[in-house]
Amino acid sequence: MELSEHLFRHEAGRMVATLTRIFGVHNLGLAEDVVQEAFCRALEIWKFRGVPDNPSAWLMTTAKNRALDVLRRERTARTFAPELTRQLESEWTLAPTVEEEFGPAAMKDDELRMMFSCCSPRLSEEAQVALILHILCGFSVDEIASAFVSSHAAVEKRLIRSKKVLAGSKKLFDISGAEDFARRLLAVQRALYLLFNEGYHGASPEKAVRVDLCQEAMRLASILSNNPFGATPSTYALAALMFFNAARLPARLDLSGNLTALANQDRSQFDQALAEEGLRLLERAATGPELTDYHVEAAIAWVHTSAQHTEDTDWATIISLYDKLMAIRPSRIVALNRAIAIAQREGPQRGVEEIHAIQDSERLANYPFYHAALGELEIGSGHLEDAREHFVVALKLARNPMERSFFEHRIGACK
Amino acid sequence: MNEFVLLYRGGQAGRSPEQAQQVMQKWMAWFKELADKGHVKDRGQPLERAGKLVNGKRKTVTDGPFAEAKDVVGGYTLIVAKDLNEAAELSKGCPILEFDGQVEVRPVMKLNM
Repeated sequence: MELSEHLFRHEAGRMVATLTRIFGVHNLGLAEDVVQEAFCRALEIWKFRGVPDNPSAWLMTTAKNRALDVLRRERTARTFAPELTRQLESEWTLAPTVEEEFGPAAMKDDELRMMFSCCSPRLSEEAQVALILHILCGFSVDEIASAFVSSHAAVEKRLIRSKKVLAGSKKLFDISGAEDFARRLLAVQRALYLLFNEGYHGASPEKAVRVDLCQEAMRLASILSNNPFGATPSTYALAALMFFNAARLPARLDLSGNLTALANQDRSQFDQALAEEGLRLLERAATGPELTDYHVEAAIAWVHTSAQHTEDTDWATIISLYDKLMAIRPSRIVALNRAIAIAQREGPQRGVEEIHAIQDSERLANYPFYHAALGELEIGSGHLEDAREHFVVALKLARNPMERSFFEHRIGACK
Repeated sequence: MNEFVLLYRGGQAGRSPEQAQQVMQKWMAWFKELADKGHVKDRGQPLERAGKLVNGKRKTVTDGPFAEAKDVVGGYTLIVAKDLNEAAELSKGCPILEFDGQVEVRPVMKLNM
């Protein structure tokens, strides 16, 4: 029996979520210990007896039995989940309650509940993303540090603090559609968006790591869209955006994980199945009056994905979508992308004008792709020497090895 | 062919789920390789780390574990090999060695020498 890829990681997330539901959020650490023990046991036994036919069920049963031990032994010394106190107190209801909490429907809810709980307004967006990766995706401190190109110590410090905040909340977030559900849903969508982008635009030089992050974000988004309260048009739009970008990911990164400029991407490498699923999701997103930035970004990604060749790209539509995006969520980065789109349609010099017309454009001065964009446009105008200077500045500002090697390549192209 | 018992000690560091899965896959691959070459007589059993120790004429019973984690035998395997050197050579592929563990190779005594 072969183990499916990342099985342990995903099961770890599911088990921690369910155990935390039973033990109470203040016992998050205890839940993590029980999961760790379950894996140690699995490892010891499976080594000799082979992987069981249903490894997930085996792990769940182990965690469940261990949870029952803990609940029986520590009933008097600890308090567990306030919502379940009565059921866990009596031996008559203890086992059936734990059994029910480990049922498939309850476990799906547990993952969602944990996702919402991790997106507490008391945590920064970066902390929320790290916490989700750690608790729900089973990433270790080192794995997160490598994905974010950060140090072990920095990630560990952030996680310890975030877990303290989470464990300090009275209880897990109520996902039954309470009044603050809609507001928290926005935070969850944002965290998943950032998680996906960390993979798509992110810093890790390893392609496998980045694909992992994108896949995790997509997995969590599908949990969200499979919940009646989570399945809003904006959730579908977010999922569609992820699918379109995931479809383009194989062309965006070459085999060694290097960035490939849009114009040089091999579009035959686009994943058509993902693109089609993205389109289905986008259709579901198009119900109701709500138009979010996810809708617009998904539409832009779709226009890019559907063009057979770079020169077939419908730039007019993309420009008008960027206009919409500027109206919904204005930012200098969006303005920069809009200027690049205008350059594609109206020529590089128009693009340069648009970039200089961006309000407070000097505040983009630390953003390497601002200089890279100017560099590309100067290449387009045949001003190789100016282009080179822009890329040299971009290279100085590069935030990770990926970006560095990309800008070095572009400098090489200015000859 | 002669029989040997491999005793596994230690090698139980805390790991992330992803690492645990990789370790698991390494063990499966190692056992498969041994089995494919006809070396595995009995894949063996894992042993609980805790237990009881019954001692001496007075039959005193103490609760284990009895050694530091790195010295506790976590399981055994029965293999066949040409001689002790080959058995030791085969043990070099054991994934436990990557995690500060040890493999003790002990020949099974023969009935007729």
